Amino acid sequence: MEIKTVFSKPESLFDTPFHYCPGCGHGIIHRLIAELLDEMGARERTLSVAPVGCAVFAYHYFNFDCMEAPHGRTPAVATGLKRVHPDHLVFSYQGDGDLAAIGTGEIIHCANRGENITVIFVNNGTYGMTGGQMAPTTLLNQKTTTTPKGRSATQEGHPLKITEMLALTPGSAFLARSAVSSPQNIRITKKYIRKAFEVQDQKLGFSLVEILSPCPVNWGLTPVQAIRRIEETVIKEYPLGIIKDTIGP
Amino acid sequence: MKETVKLITGNEAIGTGAIIAGCRYYFGYPITPQNEIPEFMSRELPPRGGVFIQSESELAAINMVMGAAAAGGRAMTSSSSPGISLMQEGISYMAGMELPCVIVNVVRGGPGLGGIGPAQSDYFQSVKGGGHGDYHTITLAPHTGQEMLELTMLAFELADQYRNPALILTDGLLGQMSEAVEIPVNYKPRAFKKDWAMTGCKGRPPLIIKSLFLKESDLEENNLRIYKKYAELKKKETRSEAFQTRGADILLVAYGTSGRICKAVVEAARAEGIKAGLLRPITLFPFPETTLRKMAERSKAVLVAELSMGQFKEDVQRAVGDAAPVYFKNRVGGMVFSMEEILEEVRKIARRKTGGRKRV
Repeated sequence: MEIKTVFSKPESLFDTPFHYCPGCGHGIIHRLIAELLDEMGARERTLSVAPVGCAVFAYHYFNFDCMEAPHGRTPAVATGLKRVHPDHLVFSYQGDGDLAAIGTGEIIHCANRGENITVIFVNNGTYGMTGGQMAPTTLLNQKTTTTPKGRSATQEGHPLKITEMLALTPGSAFLARSAVSSPQNIRITKKYIRKAFEVQDQKLGFSLVEILSPCPVNWGLTPVQAIRRIEETVIKEYPLGIIKDTIGP
Repeated sequence: MKETVKLITGNEAIGTGAIIAGCRYYFGYPITPQNEIPEFMSRELPPRGGVFIQSESELAAINMVMGAAAAGGRAMTSSSSPGISLMQEGISYMAGMELPCVIVNVVRGGPGLGGIGPAQSDYFQSVKGGGHGDYHTITLAPHTGQEMLELTMLAFELADQYRNPALILTDGLLGQMSEAVEIPVNYKPRAFKKDWAMTGCKGRPPLIIKSLFLKESDLEENNLRIYKKYAELKKKETRSEAFQTRGADILLVAYGTSGRICKAVVEAARAEGIKAGLLRPITLFPFPETTLRKMAERSKAVLVAELSMGQFKEDVQRAVGDAAPVYFKNRVGGMVFSMEEILEEVRKIARRKTGGRKRV
């Protein structure tokens, strides 16, 4: 009988067990990126920037060049990398605290310059690594360790839809939001990331994929409840789909 | 090496030196009194295939420098005091990641928004680390347009050689003044092998550039390794100029703008029969403490002249110890002493019956 390999670890990932919590979305997203780099044959020309946050150790898993950046500054660091190596594939990997709070300045101006980089924006609505504080993306009434009675619009403001804000910049070429909450949504996420990488390789401008991702530990839910929360609640605030596509299908 | 002479401002001399040294990546944000540097780079870099980005903030600027440096490019930024304060986080990261770059601080008076006049009140920030954690920035202090050019070139070499940020510490007086500067022609910048740089993992294992070491023993090891470089820097790269120090009873110690004024003071004092001399540190980190100590031992009094409340004097006093009494003349807030003001201090010391322990 012939044995055929139908599933294996991508070359772009090291064979290292993820340190992420049970039910976390980072592992899925790391794998999607790795599969794509394998499929595009881009691993050896990829330069990546890890954020401050849970994914700071992305370089323990990524089998390609990776560097750290100060909190929120990954788009600026990625800009420096890309301007030196314009034909490399450069992406930054950021959480919602990193991108939508401390790094708002860098992300807006990076998009506005139309930097040919891709941003993987993982939105789990909380500061995971520091223990579940409120993020700019935290939903109204959501309890966190710094909004013990739930987020209030009058006190803490509304959830920030930064990807929609970025769509206003002429430099942004491809912006989309997906979720890693179901096999179907995971496939769509991969499709969006592929498009983002292709837009970058064609030097068409800034690309970003926002990915709604579960954080069961800090949401106080089981992994299954956490992905159900994305599908039933989070998606209502952050609708899925292509937000901006100046290229077309 | 052939040279051509041009009348240019100190800030333009810095830009010229950077380009000759092979800098092709500049990132910066406007702030007075250094705007001539980004303006110069925005004109001169693109025709040479280089990159100029006016960033949205000094935070972004230093982080773009970080990315370009990590990619193996010769990168720089420039700013003035409040902007340099904003960059400190990034400079600390770059020291921790062992990334080379050149940072120019055209210092203005502080604290706070301060003023735009020449000052030397960022001395501590420049030589003691400036940001968080254990590290230093190689700090060079030019005193003429010529040195603005030459020390900028040197800064790129030292940064690459020691894989550490290097800082040009100057002020608006030197930055905005025009002088005749000899510009090297056909200069070949020293090339450094950057096998640590992010170039893609073709034909080699992937590399990681980082400053995070959660295991305490790893971080300790990293810091000890970085400090070994600083020990080597101290041994090999300490630079200073001794100006008419032979037989000097009164040793002036001053850097940058103050050092330049003190040269005139020394000449005037000598003309009056007072044996004065000047030690002018060119590197502030590493600090020329051994040279200073030896010269202080041979003199009867030391006079520090600086444009701050005594930041530089602390290091001078530390090096001089009890070898000679240390006197102090300063102006602050963007005010600059005249040659005559310092000369009067020299005369006072010379007239003193007892200048501390030793008679002058």
